[in-house]
Amino acid sequence: MYVAVKGGEAAIAAAHALLDKERRGDPTVPALTTEQIREQLALAVDRVTCEGSLYDRDLAALAIKQARGDLIEAVFLLRAYRSTLPRFGYATPIETGAMAIRRRISATFKDLPGGQVLGPTFDYTHRLLDDGLNDQVPAAELTHKIAHDEAAVPHVANLLGAQGLIEQNPEVEIGAPVGDLTRDPLAFPADRDLRLQSLARGDEGLLLALGYSTQRGYGRTHPFAGEIRMGHVEVHLAPEELGFEVSLGEIVVTECEMVNQFKGSAESPPQFTRGYGLAFGHSERKAMSMALVDRALRARDLGEEVIAPAQDEEFVLSHVDNVQATGFVEHLKLPHYVDFQAELQLVRQMRREWEEANRKEAAE
Amino acid sequence: MSDAAVYNFAYLDEQTKRMIRRALLKAVAIPGYQVPFASREMPMPYGWGTGGVQVTAAVLGADDTLKVIDQGADDTTNAVSIRKFFERTAGVATTTHTSDATVIQTRHRIPETPLREGQILVYQVPIPEPLRFLEPRETETRRQHALEDYGLMHVKLYEDIARHGHIATTYAYPVKVDGRYLMDPSPTPKFDNPKMDMCPALQLFGAGREKRIYALPPYTRVVSLDFEDHPFEPTKFDRGCALCGAEGIYLDEVVTDDCGGRMFVCSDTDFCESRRTPPRAAAPGLNEVPR
Repeated sequence: MYVAVKGGEAAIAAAHALLDKERRGDPTVPALTTEQIREQLALAVDRVTCEGSLYDRDLAALAIKQARGDLIEAVFLLRAYRSTLPRFGYATPIETGAMAIRRRISATFKDLPGGQVLGPTFDYTHRLLDDGLNDQVPAAELTHKIAHDEAAVPHVANLLGAQGLIEQNPEVEIGAPVGDLTRDPLAFPADRDLRLQSLARGDEGLLLALGYSTQRGYGRTHPFAGEIRMGHVEVHLAPEELGFEVSLGEIVVTECEMVNQFKGSAESPPQFTRGYGLAFGHSERKAMSMALVDRALRARDLGEEVIAPAQDEEFVLSHVDNVQATGFVEHLKLPHYVDFQAELQLVRQMRREWEEANRKEAAE
Repeated sequence: MSDAAVYNFAYLDEQTKRMIRRALLKAVAIPGYQVPFASREMPMPYGWGTGGVQVTAAVLGADDTLKVIDQGADDTTNAVSIRKFFERTAGVATTTHTSDATVIQTRHRIPETPLREGQILVYQVPIPEPLRFLEPRETETRRQHALEDYGLMHVKLYEDIARHGHIATTYAYPVKVDGRYLMDPSPTPKFDNPKMDMCPALQLFGAGREKRIYALPPYTRVVSLDFEDHPFEPTKFDRGCALCGAEGIYLDEVVTDDCGGRMFVCSDTDFCESRRTPPRAAAPGLNEVPR
């Protein structure tokens, strides 16, 4: 009996209704609010704003709820919304040196101007499941006051830079155009601005694995966590018709500067080099991984041999976007029976030929 | 529809459509050349037709009639989804009849009914680069196209013949366009390759994830690669459609039971249905045709 695959339309609608039901889960359990997600699953929200390239924590919380906690699906929802938004202009570069610090650590100096500020961190917690979180917990009382030091907190790398021990950050003209891979297709070789944009939007998991691979010898970069800082920075826009900057508000970012050993080359003296990572929200793993991969991708610029995946710009930038990756991997679910039919015909033909050849051989 | 009020006609904003149309014009001017374009994130996943959807959105007008097929069929889930997307965002008329459509978006097939002048066939393309599986690097393949250096592909086809006695590529079979560019016909079965040659309709190809657009203007020479002593052979079926009896068309194999039962039916559902219903008896649109 041949049953035609008709009624795809009705099936899709029914499947989506089922999805809505599953999303809600057991109706006797109170529904999750997006405010709860925004406040209590803050790091998931941060990751979605970062890879979704849209700093809107409310929309990210909504996306997480709609995606049933599937963060890549949530990133996708945010990206699809983002592409419909008009582009008014480009902000002036944020000044992370003027950050209102919530966390700042350096692994290269014991103490330094601005001090080490641990802030809210999982570091040094014992990873023991806390049964107490099963209960409704009242807001934790802080026993220590949060210190607000208004003194400037200079970048660690600049302390080295003053002595010429680390390469200078490249000088960029104020107002120079910056690449944007969401408006222009990426071409190779890509400049560092586009590489950093791509990494900032890139999948945390892939960056983590690639960064890790450099530590294990696949494109070794001898990194030190020069500095990790997290806190609020102000975003400014200078509209052409105004001629001066206006503040758009504050965002939370995590910045990581890796300091990497470099033996020097014919052109450059031995000095430390830099890898840079920047992510929306409190996204330390992402910022650190990004900094490792950024440094690895600078191999070509620094005259190093490109031998490992993390150093290979085309490889990294072509595969780092999880919305692209998940779409293409999952498209294998779509029907392919036309192509499969063609392959089926071919395999049958080749088997016939193979059997004939074997028969002939046996007869001889 | 309320959605049409929120989003621009056919979803994309006019600036984006203009950018895509520029890429399309360049693609038409250089047949078979892959034009990079700033592909947007669409509300469907990459790999599910975002390139085709963007091209369709850029060429669609309010008076167009759209047909969407996947694997030759109008009623496969993704075709339904994309057709509904344009019904919602553009409010255009849709049809399943090839001859009634002005724009046809397709995945993996070219309709059996010959296309005519004025129609546009939009292909969804996953990997636009015909040399990709021989050379993974874009920098290298772009150089090869620039120098018309297609030796790699000829060697691949030659090795097929040396190993198997024939070319072992059955879909996404490479073609040479207007004597110049090597082109991937998208993963259509090679059965459909001859339909591309000197086709009266405009053929547009969109690859969203890979950010490439290419085109075949009407009446462009499209030649499937082959050798003098091993000429190109389209896939042939040794039977006709079990439902409508048509021959010389592409067939789907349908498994009917678990004891080896098989039947072969038209892959092009509109073609099959129109052969089984009296002409013009069916109203345009999605009709349930009893099989």
